[in-house]
Amino acid sequence: MANEEKDSKISRRKFVKNSGYVAGGVVGGGLLGSLLGVNFKGSEQTSTAPVKEAKFNQALMYFTRQADFKTLGAATERIFPEDDNGPGALALGVPYFIDHQLAGSYGRNDQEYMQGPFHDGTAFQGLQSPLKRHEIFMQGIRALEKESQSDFNDSFTSLEGEQQDKILQKFEDDKVKLKGVKASEFFDLLRSATLAGAYSDPLYGGNEDMAGWKMKEYPGSQMSYINEIEEEDFVEMKPSALHEHL
Amino acid sequence: MANELPKVPVVIVGMGWAGGIIASELTKAGIEVVGLERGKERKTSDYYMVHDELRYALRYEMMKDLSKETLTFRNTEKMRALPMRTYGTFLDGTGVGGAGSHWNGQNYRFLPYDFEIASKTVEKYGKNKIPDGMALQDWGITYDELEPYYDKYEKMAGISGEEVPIYGKRSAPYPTKPMLKTPVLEMFEKATKKLGYNPYMVPSANLSENYTNPDGIARGACQYCAFCERFGCEYGAKADPIVTVLPVAEKTGKLDLRTHANVIEILHDGNKASGVRYVNPVTREEFIQPADVVVLSSYVFNNVKLLLASNLGKAYDSKTGQGVIGKNYAYQITGESSLGFFKDKFNLYAGAGALGMEIPEYTGDNFDHTDLDFIHGAGIRMFQYGNRPISNNFVPDGTATWGKEFKQTSIKYANSWLKVAVQGASMPWRTNYLDLDPTYKDTYGVPLLRMTYDYTEQDHNLTKYMAKQTAPIMEEMGAEIIETTGSLEPLDVAPYINTHNTGGVIMGEDPATSAVNSYLQMWDAENVFVAGASAFPHNSSFNPTGTLGALSYRSAEGIEKYLKNGGSLV
Ligand SMILES: Cc1cc2nc3c(=O)[nH]c(=O)nc-3n(C[C@H](O)[C@H](O)[C@H](O)COP(=O)(O)OP(=O)(O)OC[C@H]3O[C@@H](n4cnc5c(N)ncnc54)[C@H](O)[C@@H]3O)c2cc1C
Ligand code: SF4
Repeated sequence: MANEEKDSKISRRKFVKNSGYVAGGVVGGGLLGSLLGVNFKGSEQTSTAPVKEAKFNQALMYFTRQADFKTLGAATERIFPEDDNGPGALALGVPYFIDHQLAGSYGRNDQEYMQGPFHDGTAFQGLQSPLKRHEIFMQGIRALEKESQSDFNDSFTSLEGEQQDKILQKFEDDKVKLKGVKASEFFDLLRSATLAGAYSDPLYGGNEDMAGWKMKEYPGSQMSYINEIEEEDFVEMKPSALHEHL
Repeated sequence: MANELPKVPVVIVGMGWAGGIIASELTKAGIEVVGLERGKERKTSDYYMVHDELRYALRYEMMKDLSKETLTFRNTEKMRALPMRTYGTFLDGTGVGGAGSHWNGQNYRFLPYDFEIASKTVEKYGKNKIPDGMALQDWGITYDELEPYYDKYEKMAGISGEEVPIYGKRSAPYPTKPMLKTPVLEMFEKATKKLGYNPYMVPSANLSENYTNPDGIARGACQYCAFCERFGCEYGAKADPIVTVLPVAEKTGKLDLRTHANVIEILHDGNKASGVRYVNPVTREEFIQPADVVVLSSYVFNNVKLLLASNLGKAYDSKTGQGVIGKNYAYQITGESSLGFFKDKFNLYAGAGALGMEIPEYTGDNFDHTDLDFIHGAGIRMFQYGNRPISNNFVPDGTATWGKEFKQTSIKYANSWLKVAVQGASMPWRTNYLDLDPTYKDTYGVPLLRMTYDYTEQDHNLTKYMAKQTAPIMEEMGAEIIETTGSLEPLDVAPYINTHNTGGVIMGEDPATSAVNSYLQMWDAENVFVAGASAFPHNSSFNPTGTLGALSYRSAEGIEKYLKNGGSLV
């Protein structure tokens, strides 16, 4: 552990040193801070966590503003927080998962019927919004920030956990007005995407190190359970991911 | 300009179970068949990366692309129907194999009672037992007449099961033994036996053992891999048209299977079809395929839609009750269950699509309905599909649905909840039907199908009654917390329920009240056969595929006869 910690400090220093941008003052501390946050998340959050190899896929393919991405991250962590069972949404990489999903066919509603006319339906007619999911997320995330500013005079990411919950609850209860979609519909998407990020195959950028699966003692994508299916006692198995099937 | 192709004896629209069975039977008899399938080709080798819950279960990798085509939905005629924009109460299949590639494989026969339901109800309880508005009718075929075709279908698929004495007589035992009885199924068995029931292992199309069918197709046993429903089986253990009937048809050299061929119209002169028009969804090229016989096996929804859009057969009119196409649309009644949370942990990550047990006592008319305010019944059952983690977040009522408490509780119970569920029969009603939407169109410019459907008093009463039977079973099984749901909300098109849609092109004895005869031959156009659960005049409590498979075998026999002799087959 001690060694790993040392390594992390070294690499962090090295990063700062190598970063010409900072030295030249071209970019403000915002970028540096968030890059540090991104690349050295482990070491910033818990100083004893091991430093892992660079995760090149932990970068943004949908969001353009880091502030939006951080709001998203904070919200997902409230939905699926770190606790005694194990990591929460942030440590599982859920925000990256959502970012990557929004950039693809999920975010763009490629497989959904998106032809008009659009009308509000009853509670039994499913989602009828003309907005695509990425538009719903973007609007919803900015609205989280706006509510936070107006209720607490502070940024969503700076609020106490309970205050963040209060804001999220307003969305779930439709106490916030969004355009073209209900706040509760945004909240439902956010909640389901968070769970999907926590528990989908790590190939998608969430469920880091299969830690989501480990919490549920879920063995991942095994090829066969013919040996376990009749067992009376619970059989714990080392999880396996799709990566191993290639 | 459509490209007109050379005429063939038979063109089949849709290559799922119904189309695949008919293609296999006809080509084995030496008949040239063109199979048109809107989706892509599929092979077992496409399933090697299939253990991916996000891609297959949540993003519907194998299902129909809704951006091209969906249906519109309303609960009653007073409402404006709106498109089902995202999945979805039901998941229609696409691609070779259709939904038969990603089904569970729970494979039943209907009861003798089902086929003669109207006469038997009147005979036993009198005319008044059938309420006003319930469009109950006999099927125009009896169980005994259909039995040989059930047998043929089950031998082809290798169904694993055990005989149930109070169900219809079987001419032969199941081709393979029942699935393995897991510890949680043993709990269900013990509990239901103690309560005086006779539980049985659900008949399964996930092979319990290695099996070679009469066509010479050999398949391996199920591995209980738990990626079954919504997924393709990489072992070929699950009966799927692509590992059973289609290879047999292809081997004859008589099947010309064209993928990316979306049929948009049946060409006809009012009495006889001359072929179909189809579009390649990728290149948008258009073709006309002339044929002596047109078989529609494009699932319930498109069987109805293609007939209505092509103006073939008499469209159903809910005001007058006249007309047949779109009539008697039925579903499945599943709003009732007892969910139990246990102290113990079970190996619930393992399972299979058709691994379950059921009690037969509340099915059909196997219990007395004299003092009951509904007819027919339900299967009370418990399954072990294998819990996949994204969707497995059950928490007792009153628990938060997100945040710390939710996370803790959903993890605590991840391997410790079981459900005794009910699958109820669905009766046809004059007010529940399918027609064309006046506003919304598919990507080819054809109107979307419009569904008008809601649950009725019959369904609510059945639900309440059955819910009461589930709780004692769960108590007997020793759950720590039991939650029983016994009420139906209006049908909601958002959450998945099941893909057991039936009716719309129903079979019967009388052309005034049915669209096809017992060979699934259209009364109004003798060279058109419409195969699938669209032929069911009502839906039983049992999953539909076994019955639509049997009917498809009978239909294939009819088509062969028709090609030889012409004319009406009845
Ligand atoms: C997740 C899931 C689980 C299920 N589990 C069970 C179960 O356990 N037991 C059971 O009995 N049933 C089950 N079912 C239902 C079962 O899959 C269907 O009853 C059965 O597969 C229907 O067969 P079919 O041939 O009538 O239709 P499909 O399998 O839907 O085949 C129709 C084919 O026609 C094609 N098609 C449609 N329109 C056109 C067109 N215009 N032009 C060209 N091609 C077209 C489609 O692409 C499709 O391939 C399940 C369904 C789903 C989705
Ligand atoms: S559970 Fe069995 S039948 Fe289903 S996909 Fe897995 S191996 Fe195949």
